[in-house]
Amino acid sequence: MQRLIFALLAGGLFGMGLRVSGMTDTAKVQGWLDIFGNWDPTLAFVMGGAIIPMAIAWRLTEGRKPIVGGEFPAKPDQKLGRNLVVGSVLFGMGWGLAGLCPGPAVASLSYGGWPHLVFFAAMILGMWAAPMVRGELDRRIPAE
Amino acid sequence: MQTDWIYGLLGGLMIGMGGAVFLLANGRIMGASGILGGLVDGSGRNTARERLVFLAGVFLLPLLMTPLFGPIDTHAPTNIAVLVAGGLLVGVGTRIANGCTSGHGVCGISRMNLRGIVATVFYILAGGLTVILFRHILGVI
Repeated sequence: MQRLIFALLAGGLFGMGLRVSGMTDTAKVQGWLDIFGNWDPTLAFVMGGAIIPMAIAWRLTEGRKPIVGGEFPAKPDQKLGRNLVVGSVLFGMGWGLAGLCPGPAVASLSYGGWPHLVFFAAMILGMWAAPMVRGELDRRIPAE
Repeated sequence: MQTDWIYGLLGGLMIGMGGAVFLLANGRIMGASGILGGLVDGSGRNTARERLVFLAGVFLLPLLMTPLFGPIDTHAPTNIAVLVAGGLLVGVGTRIANGCTSGHGVCGISRMNLRGIVATVFYILAGGLTVILFRHILGVI
C-alpha cells in the first residue's frame, strides 16, 4: 500500500511538472528542436530543473535502502549497443514529428483533444510491436 | 514568452522531485516509456499495480489542474499521418532504446550514466534533423 501511495505521489509530481513546464505543448518541444527557426530554450530549463533534485536523490541512495524496502537499481552496464542508438534515433524522429514523448503524452491526454488520443494510440501500438521489431533487428544486423 | 523559462524551471523541479520520490521511496527509476511499455508488452506484469498507479497520477494531476488554471493549447499537429507516424516511432524507438526523455534524459544524466547521455544526444540530434527536414524543407509540420 505504501508503495502505491508513493507511486501516486511521484506520478502526480511528474504530471504536474510536465504541465507547468510547458512540455505538453508540442510547439515548445518542436521550438527547442528547431534551431533554424524561432528557437525556444525552455526545454533546457526543464531538463536542468529536473536533474537537480534527481542528482541529489542519486547521492542519497548511497549506503541506504529504499523506504519501502528492497534494493536500489544497480548501476547499469555502460555498453553502448546498436539498440541504444537505433532506438534513440527512431524515438527522436517521432519526437520531432509530433512534439510529444511518452510522459507528456500521458499527462496531456485529458486536455490535448483528439490529436493527442491518436498519438497515444499509435505510441501504444509501437510499444506493443517493439519486441518484434527488436527481434527483426537482431536477425538482420548483428548487435555489436 | 519572457516568463516561460521560469515555468520551465519550476516544472522541471517538480519532475525531478517526482523522480526523486520514485527512486528514494520505491527504489524505481522514473522512466515513462519503461513504466508504460512494461504494461503494454507484459514484461512488467509483476509490478503492474505500481505502474498503473504511477500513470494514474501522471494523468490525473494535469486533469485536476485544468479547472483551476484553465486549458492549455498544445498546438498539436492535426495531420493524422504525422500523428500516427510520430506515435509509432516514439513507441518503438523508446522501447528498443530502453528509455526516453525521463528515463535516459532526467534519470540517466543526473546519474552521469553514459548510456543516458549518448541516448539523449542521439534523440535530440534525430529530432532536430527531423524538424529541419519536415518543417523547413518539406513543409509538412
